[in-house]
Amino acid sequence: MTDTIHPLSRGALPGLTARYRKEKVFKHIGLVAILFSLSFLAILISGIVLKGYGAFLKTEVMIEITPELYDANKGSSFTLLRKATIANLPAVEGRKERRAAYGMIGEGSEELLAEMPPVTSTVQIWLPTSDLVDVAYKHDLAPEFTDILTDKQLVWLEGWIGEDRVRTRFNAGFLTNGDSRDPERAGIGGSFIGSIFTLLVCLLLSFGVGVAAAIYLEEFAPKNKMTTFLEVNINNLATVPSIIFGLLGLAVFLNVFGLPRSSSLVGGMVLSLMTLPTIIIASRVSLQAVPPSIREAALGVGASRVQMVFHHVLPLAMPGVLTGAILGMARALGETAPLIMIGMVAFIADVPGGFTEPATVLPVQVFLWSDSPERAFQEKTAGAIIVLLAFLLVMNLAAIIMRKKLEKKW
Amino acid sequence: MNRSISKKILSRQKSNWKEEVIKLALVASSAIAILVTAGIVFSLVFEAVRFFDQVHPLEFLFGTHWSPQTALRADQVGGSGAFGAVPLFAGTLMISLIALLIACPLGIFSAIYLAEYASAKSRNTIKPILEVLAGVPTVVYGFFAAIVIGPFLRDIGNSIGLDVASESAIAAGLVMGVMIIPLISSISDDVISSVPQSLREGSLGLGATKGETVRKVLLPAALPGIAGGILLAASRAVGETMIVVMAAGLAANLTANPLEAVTTVTVQIVMLLTGDQEFDSAKTLAAFALGLTLFVITLIFNVLGNWIVNRYKESYD
Repeated sequence: MTDTIHPLSRGALPGLTARYRKEKVFKHIGLVAILFSLSFLAILISGIVLKGYGAFLKTEVMIEITPELYDANKGSSFTLLRKATIANLPAVEGRKERRAAYGMIGEGSEELLAEMPPVTSTVQIWLPTSDLVDVAYKHDLAPEFTDILTDKQLVWLEGWIGEDRVRTRFNAGFLTNGDSRDPERAGIGGSFIGSIFTLLVCLLLSFGVGVAAAIYLEEFAPKNKMTTFLEVNINNLATVPSIIFGLLGLAVFLNVFGLPRSSSLVGGMVLSLMTLPTIIIASRVSLQAVPPSIREAALGVGASRVQMVFHHVLPLAMPGVLTGAILGMARALGETAPLIMIGMVAFIADVPGGFTEPATVLPVQVFLWSDSPERAFQEKTAGAIIVLLAFLLVMNLAAIIMRKKLEKKW
Repeated sequence: MNRSISKKILSRQKSNWKEEVIKLALVASSAIAILVTAGIVFSLVFEAVRFFDQVHPLEFLFGTHWSPQTALRADQVGGSGAFGAVPLFAGTLMISLIALLIACPLGIFSAIYLAEYASAKSRNTIKPILEVLAGVPTVVYGFFAAIVIGPFLRDIGNSIGLDVASESAIAAGLVMGVMIIPLISSISDDVISSVPQSLREGSLGLGATKGETVRKVLLPAALPGIAGGILLAASRAVGETMIVVMAAGLAANLTANPLEAVTTVTVQIVMLLTGDQEFDSAKTLAAFALGLTLFVITLIFNVLGNWIVNRYKESYD
């Protein structure tokens, strides 16, 4: 009696166990798919942070300068630097070795020596090392990072490390300097300012027009074919590949209007065309979210339609509009291809001082550096990406906070 | 008394030129969107027509040899360049296919899990994190593909005796696939979620497991919408520039081997237009012909994709 099988139990229905097993597998495939994406993101970000954090550090070496040496080379800080380098290395013989020795110290060191107060007793001064030494030291002299050093340079570096004369310090120059052919002097300051200029132009041009277009479509446009055409048009504009906008900028802004090539003005104009649809779509969504009762109340007490929109509907929709604008700006900040088309890819060493001056932007700087053969630039590239991602993170957080804090639930 | 008030109101409405100006400004703003589209079409078509004066459209569309070097001197031998774009189309197609092969299964399975299995809480945490993948600048993906994925695939290939180029179609396609996962998963998620609850309950009530419900009821119902989403993702993949510029290679190889370097339409546009050259040469104008092709292809994908997604969404309302 006890071993009869209940008609609805697992054992009674043929294949039920197999079906449950299949169910479990199916569910887990979904989980694995999500985990794949999440782990890819984790590897991407951790990989870039690991590669790039070194860009914020620089390696320095302590050089001793005696008063005799200083006095003998008073006229030229360049010769002083070279003589001091030789003096601080054991047994440098012959021209080849001397040249190797000069290659230990970074570009720009002679400027530090020139600013030095007169030497009366032996002083110790910390000078930046060259990019080769910098890369080798940051990777603990791992063989794959020291093969660009000569054997002698490696011995000298080990000697310095043994004497405790090498240190790493925060590299402020990376954040403030413009681009440079020397990795140890190259920084993202110029491209950062360029990005800010470009985004400013983009925001000024696209925000007002975008919000106005959204207001027209939501509040005033008659329901006819023209309006539908406009809507389809805007939706399609949002999905046009960004490089096409670059071609438009090149053909129209540069060749027809003759605006200055490589400038953040043209860059911002091109990006504003790209962000316009994003802003229009986001603004429309948040205008739609304002309940009709607000509109009816305003019209009921005698406001005109324009007053209704600008006094009541738009202020209520503003948080959503601003969130959309920030997200549009974040997309514009990461855009590279259209800016390459209008010549912002040129090598520009100076920090741009205005909207019409040649400039570059952060993502284009990343692209430029990633192409450089010097190994030190790989670290710089990843460092620039860290700054770019941090910038994007701040913008996205601002958008999220704004949406959370200001958005009303009706 | 009454009459004077109504007169006042009437006169106010008549003389409300300020409001008319504002309305005009609003109309003008939305007209800019049309102006932009017109600008794109005219600039592309205008320059492309100038290109087709020098190179026959059939040669461009069906020629299999791409080497856009133009002569530095007029009397130079063999300096006219070849503008057969088939290798570029083939490269674009291959990389986009690899990307879709990665993104479709991963995106759709993620969407199924999020829509049908995940709790509301985990859904609300996982979705925004997946969206981050779509927000990472493409130049970052390009760097990652070139520095990490490319060498990684080459090492794996070497260890099993395959010759993988360090700039290969597969490295670019793989990374691009990850980039478009959120696009496919969020559209699929929307479409699956919009299938009416009654269909779900009917299937479960007949004794189907959740997985069977998904496979036999929800997916067939959601398939057209998902297909639309895949079309939109394909358009993103075809128009993507930085990943392929940095990781796919520059040489126009006509090959079916995904382990070799190939080039794409977008890469060649960048290559043709960087550096200084005169604007009238066939080399520069070729970029606009490529741009026009790219614009037309992505436009078809987008219009079709949007149409399918929207039509499908409405059918249950």
